[in-house]
Amino acid sequence: MKNVLHIQDLTMQFGGVVAVNNLTMDVNEGEIVALIGPNGAGKTTAFNAITGLYEPTNGEISFEGKVFLRNTPRGKMKKQYLGAEKDTYASAPVLRKTPDRITKLGMARTFQNIRLFKSMTVFENVLTAMHMRKTSNLFTATFMLNAKEEKAQRAKTEELLKLLDLYDVKDELATSLPYGKQRHLEIARALATEPTLLLLDEPAAGMNPQETAELTAFIRRIRDDFHLTVLLIEHHMNLVMDISDRIYVINFGKEIAKGTPAEIQNNEAVIEAYLGGDRVE
Amino acid sequence: MEFLKKYKKQLEVVAAVLLLFVVIVIVDTLGNSVPRVIVSVLKKSCIYALIAVSLNLLNGFTGLFSLGQAGFMLIGAYTYAILTIPAGIREGVYYMYDGGALHFSVPLIVGLILAGVVPAIFAYLIGLPVLKLKSDYLAIATLGFAEIVRALIQWQGFAPVTNGSISLLKYPYFKKIWPFALVAGICILLIVLLLKSTYGRAFKAIRDDEISAEAMGINLAKHKQMSFVISSFFAGIGGALLAMYQTSLTATAFTSAMTYEILLIVVIGGIGSITGSVLGSFLFIACSEWWLRNLDSGKFLGISLPTVFRSGFRLVVFSVVIMVIVLFFRKGIMGERELDVDRIWNFFTKKIPAFVKSRFGKKTEGEKAE
Repeated sequence: MKNVLHIQDLTMQFGGVVAVNNLTMDVNEGEIVALIGPNGAGKTTAFNAITGLYEPTNGEISFEGKVFLRNTPRGKMKKQYLGAEKDTYASAPVLRKTPDRITKLGMARTFQNIRLFKSMTVFENVLTAMHMRKTSNLFTATFMLNAKEEKAQRAKTEELLKLLDLYDVKDELATSLPYGKQRHLEIARALATEPTLLLLDEPAAGMNPQETAELTAFIRRIRDDFHLTVLLIEHHMNLVMDISDRIYVINFGKEIAKGTPAEIQNNEAVIEAYLGGDRVE
Repeated sequence: MEFLKKYKKQLEVVAAVLLLFVVIVIVDTLGNSVPRVIVSVLKKSCIYALIAVSLNLLNGFTGLFSLGQAGFMLIGAYTYAILTIPAGIREGVYYMYDGGALHFSVPLIVGLILAGVVPAIFAYLIGLPVLKLKSDYLAIATLGFAEIVRALIQWQGFAPVTNGSISLLKYPYFKKIWPFALVAGICILLIVLLLKSTYGRAFKAIRDDEISAEAMGINLAKHKQMSFVISSFFAGIGGALLAMYQTSLTATAFTSAMTYEILLIVVIGGIGSITGSVLGSFLFIACSEWWLRNLDSGKFLGISLPTVFRSGFRLVVFSVVIMVIVLFFRKGIMGERELDVDRIWNFFTKKIPAFVKSRFGKKTEGEKAE
């Protein structure tokens, strides 16, 4: 199986707080991998570090075998650093990428609190996401010399909306959709950037059991239809256990368990992290 | 008919623009029999429409709150004036500085294009550090830039080029109204085409949500820079047109108050609406130059009250109007929508009769027609 995303020793420290501590993860082609943990465990922080919204304090992240992010504690952080593997990456060059460049590599994400383009319709939301893959420049676009490409983009948007059951509402304002549909639209928009890896940040947040069940089927379907690899953060255990091939559990930024859903369900460290418990020593 | 139906919206806009242009040409051919005030209102409205649309591109469509427009207009105006003053009469204009540092001149049209290019270059350089700022901070930084430009142009050190604080004169200018309308129209058309393109969508995405725009692969720095440079390019051309309208040019006229005027037009017209900005500038200029002018001169609407209607009272009324707009019509005339003939038609044939009916309970003509 081909490795898609490899995270090595990822540490994210804000001031004196280590939000993600020495996280190492692998996501292979075609898998659905879940990253779970109690509130404040550092899941979204890890996501933001992977997608370039934050600059990691330490560690290395590679996509399809190529390292695209690498950092080592520098400057003030050198003294303050509390994580592990302090000097491992000191000799290698620091690599940085803005979120848009990372998306261009083939990783698209959604957000925990829905972030659609508010003033645009459903159709425009998806169409806008195709801007990245355009070949036209400012002049050809302004003078409509890219009509062919524009037409192709529109056709592709329509196709995508049809596939994701959003075609009926394509001319409605994105924010006027019901909550569940907005989540679908966010995924549709992410798919429009033609990713190979889809990162979903709590896709089922705020959904009722029925919507969650629909979403589970939906994620499976797009994984198969678009040949995707999926990494998701989630709190709904039903969804996670149902859908994931492998699960990573983190607490206070540290990995406490990894394995298949069955293994995780019976893992004592996980049960303790979620339910609490007296440590008998 | 298929064609008519499919492109109805576009045709309506084209028709409206043609109508306006026909009016302008008629006013032009009538020449001196038209009151001077109408001529100057039409000229200035065209210029302000262009500048307002250029500011709207930045504020309304890309979500960058910039107040540097007067600075870029000033650079554009001076670029145009300095380069186009005929070589033969430079002695007379730069009489304090031995005919100035430049001894050549370029044709009008080249001057106009350069009046856009030079501010665009400045915008690029300023944008590199300044566009990292957000909202109010960006506004303050660009406002500061505009003030610095004004001070520098008046500085004695640059006087052989800019003529210091003495005004620049005798550069070529359009005498009729239609060239103003034509240049402004072409520029606005270019901005509209840009906004309709994939880049326009990217700008709007940045306005709506920067973080998710970036996550969708839109390079923030590049697109913000692009919008800033393009806006400044057209502001520069607008500045050159304004210089032509004034026929003599001093830096003192381009104060930050001018930026606020333009911002006001954008707000009145509706942030994020091109037709709103155009309508807003015609309304604003007509009010400030014509309809409310008499408030300053003792007699307004036939009422003679020299103690109230004296110099400066116009500004008081204007301020009140602005407050009313900001309080009750926050979205401006158009909001984020564009001009739509159907809606205007509905407004007059359905909404007003319905309103009248609900108030007075009588049958109106609109009702009978239905």
